[in-house]
Amino acid sequence: MLSEEELQSNVSVASSSPTSNCISKGGGLKVHNYFGLSDSSSVESSTLSRNVEDDKATISLKATELTLGLPGSQSPARETELDEKPFFPLLPTKDEIFSSSHKNIGPGNKRGFSDTMYTEKNWMFPEVNKEVTQNIPKGQLGTLNNSSSPPAAKAQIVGWPPVRSYRKNTLATTCKNSDEVDGKPGSAALFVKVSMDGAPYLRKVDLRSYTNYGELSSALEKMFTTFTLGQCGSNGAAGKDMLSETKLKDLLNGKDYVLTYEDKDGDWMLVGDVPWEMFIDVCKKLKIMKGPDAIGLAAAPRAMEKSKMRA
Amino acid sequence: MDLRLPSKVLEHILSFVDSNEDRNSVSLVCKSWFETERRTRKRVIVRNCYAVTPEAVARRFPEMRSLTLKGKPHFADYNLVPDGWGGYAWPWIEAMAEKCPSLEELRLKRMVVTDECLEKIAASFKDFKVLVLTSCEGFSTDGLAAIAVACSNLRELELRECIVEDLGGDWLSYFPETLTSLVSLDFSCLDSEVKLSDLERLVSRSPNLKSLKLNRAVSLDALGSLLRLAPQLVELGTGSFSDKLDQEAVSKLSQAFSEMKELKSLSGLWDVLPEYIPLLYSVCPGLTSLNLSYATVQMPDLLELLTRCSNLQKLWVMDLIEDKGLEVVASSCKELRELRVFPSGAEGLNDTNVAMTEQGLVSVSEGCPNLESVLYFCVQFTNAAMVTIARNRPNLKCFRLCVMEPFAPDHKTQKPLDEGFKAIVERCKDLQRLSVSGLLTDKAFEYIGTHGKKLRMLSIAFAGDSDLMLHHLLSGCESLNKLEIRDCPFGDTALVANAAKLETMRSLWMSSCCVSFGACKLLSQKMPKLNVEVIDEHPLETRPDSSPVERIYIYRTLAGPRLDMPEFVWTIQKNPEIGVSHLAIK
Repeated sequence: MLSEEELQSNVSVASSSPTSNCISKGGGLKVHNYFGLSDSSSVESSTLSRNVEDDKATISLKATELTLGLPGSQSPARETELDEKPFFPLLPTKDEIFSSSHKNIGPGNKRGFSDTMYTEKNWMFPEVNKEVTQNIPKGQLGTLNNSSSPPAAKAQIVGWPPVRSYRKNTLATTCKNSDEVDGKPGSAALFVKVSMDGAPYLRKVDLRSYTNYGELSSALEKMFTTFTLGQCGSNGAAGKDMLSETKLKDLLNGKDYVLTYEDKDGDWMLVGDVPWEMFIDVCKKLKIMKGPDAIGLAAAPRAMEKSKMRA
Repeated sequence: MDLRLPSKVLEHILSFVDSNEDRNSVSLVCKSWFETERRTRKRVIVRNCYAVTPEAVARRFPEMRSLTLKGKPHFADYNLVPDGWGGYAWPWIEAMAEKCPSLEELRLKRMVVTDECLEKIAASFKDFKVLVLTSCEGFSTDGLAAIAVACSNLRELELRECIVEDLGGDWLSYFPETLTSLVSLDFSCLDSEVKLSDLERLVSRSPNLKSLKLNRAVSLDALGSLLRLAPQLVELGTGSFSDKLDQEAVSKLSQAFSEMKELKSLSGLWDVLPEYIPLLYSVCPGLTSLNLSYATVQMPDLLELLTRCSNLQKLWVMDLIEDKGLEVVASSCKELRELRVFPSGAEGLNDTNVAMTEQGLVSVSEGCPNLESVLYFCVQFTNAAMVTIARNRPNLKCFRLCVMEPFAPDHKTQKPLDEGFKAIVERCKDLQRLSVSGLLTDKAFEYIGTHGKKLRMLSIAFAGDSDLMLHHLLSGCESLNKLEIRDCPFGDTALVANAAKLETMRSLWMSSCCVSFGACKLLSQKMPKLNVEVIDEHPLETRPDSSPVERIYIYRTLAGPRLDMPEFVWTIQKNPEIGVSHLAIK
């Protein structure tokens, strides 16, 4: 435990503090590793931080000087520190942003990176993967360029560059409107509003950024924390497109909330009754309703009939 | 002899004191001055809605006529604050409805405003005049209809970059025929088309209308008729600028523009077609403010426009202007005070083959002697350029540089950009706002701490090496008011060591840094006048003190812990049983 004095004193703090993965030594500039936050094991990091610290004790001042080439290039003094790198996600070097190679976790990368950072295809480690995907569901990114255009391994960081989401939304619509070059009208963003009973705010989601009910479900779950879609998601696949009445009742009794949508005719339907492709075509609005309210919806003869017709 | 100034006299004197900063000083002189001041203050500004309770504000300023509130932290603009965090307008509106029914003006920024709020405003404030919502969300066009129908003395209704549930355009039709007081209307962020005839009638019965900002759905043709009805406009935001018009319509529109002798500010210009740019030539010489940040105007056309804007003071443009375009600005717009260059790629990551470099900004710094505010998105920069800019423009007050690739070094020398920012803070002695980017070591922050004495707001991302960085800032920047940091590698030490500083600031935001839960608890215990909020969407099952937190938002407050925290926000008051005495070392 850090005592008051230690805290009050200048930046030279006892270096094996377990409370911080990032350590500093008093006096001159020392280069420190920046450990990503996404690893769930603080044991690991504590141990590692001590190892690194030992290493650091032997690093000469020259070696700590920032003689960086372009990020990703070699800088000899850092070789010894490579070992702990594999445990943490890395910053986007110039190379990494545009390539999918992982070999280049070279000494030029002096910082690990927080779990807000990921590359679309480069899932290095299962744990990291999970943390990172949880943190940034696609719908949340607020970046809305045409899904047809981004290069495959483009790195995306939440909230970077710092452009207001309103601006990003608006520019995306500009792209959509002048989208003759691509010749793919279907690839533009498709925004629908999502409201939730009792929530004081609305959200928008881009239905085209998901490929199935499961993805939509998890994205919405992030947005509305008490929301649960339950089993609707798994019925999204073609062939299983009708929820039977009993199944519905089970579903509704078991969960607090259900997801409903307003279709082109203005009727409110339960999400999950039609194949995904058809769904994004007819869905105009989404609403997360309290279970009990939605029971009537599901049982409504018109709704059932429609589901049958669409199947 | 009683030397005390009679309160009536003081009241009269204070009626000339507008600045709230001055009024705050007045209220510190003595109790009677405090009393007189508070009874006469009409315009109240609360820059953090959680710093004080609505009831306390209403109690202190019973004669309040205008209230300005800010809610979410600035980084909420970039999706770094999870939805549901807070910033609800309702408690304020409810309290004011009860205690200050004479309220006339409400200006809200980054707050959650519901239709219920808008209905309450419409029902409670009989003389309501001004509603300005900036970056707000949570309401629909139904709420707007409520305002339109009920506020018979409405002067200003402005929705700036709000996220509105758009249920259609009929809200506009609810303005009664008796409403003739409109001065400013901004619905540029709405999607739906409003009924043109209703809009035209509204405009024609509003002789005081000075500012009109249309949404994209208003066609170019419609614009023509509106301009003819309101040639007195000082600020215009056009709708879509891309319909195909016949020759007659074009010349009529051109005529309408040339009739607008008062026009100073132009924005909108969505989808503007190059062939229509000449329509604007007649108003260019009078413009002091031009916002092309949503206009995909390409280079040659941009230049035609800008060379005619010799009186321009504020220019917002996309990086389509390129360095060459800024050179032209430097020679044509000598009155320029504020420049913002936004990235045109929707992701900002250079999808459009445009490369904005340091050259453009250097030219402007050379050519525009009054330049004092800069926001600049680019792909590369150099220390030498910043040194030149600082030398040219020591009068800079706001310098926000965003080199879009994190950790990008000086592209000529490959060194960190420390020296460049050093020049900026050293030379620009009045610098109040700074955003840094590119590769930066702790040295950069040592410079900022040493020289940035007037710095009030500082934004940092992907920079620094250690706790020293934060320590330099918190111990050096005397005027620091708002500090926001993301993805920087410092931990607990500097934060806890400089805890006292935090009470002198409005707020501190840190996300994706290495601050531990234990430090947050310690800070909360040491500093009872701060709200230390840990915002973790994915907390661990048990939270050991050594575990890093996702985000921290610390702000000084007189209101104590807030009552509307969602489950992903932790403060020590929520879990008082978790003491600091057992730092678990796993």
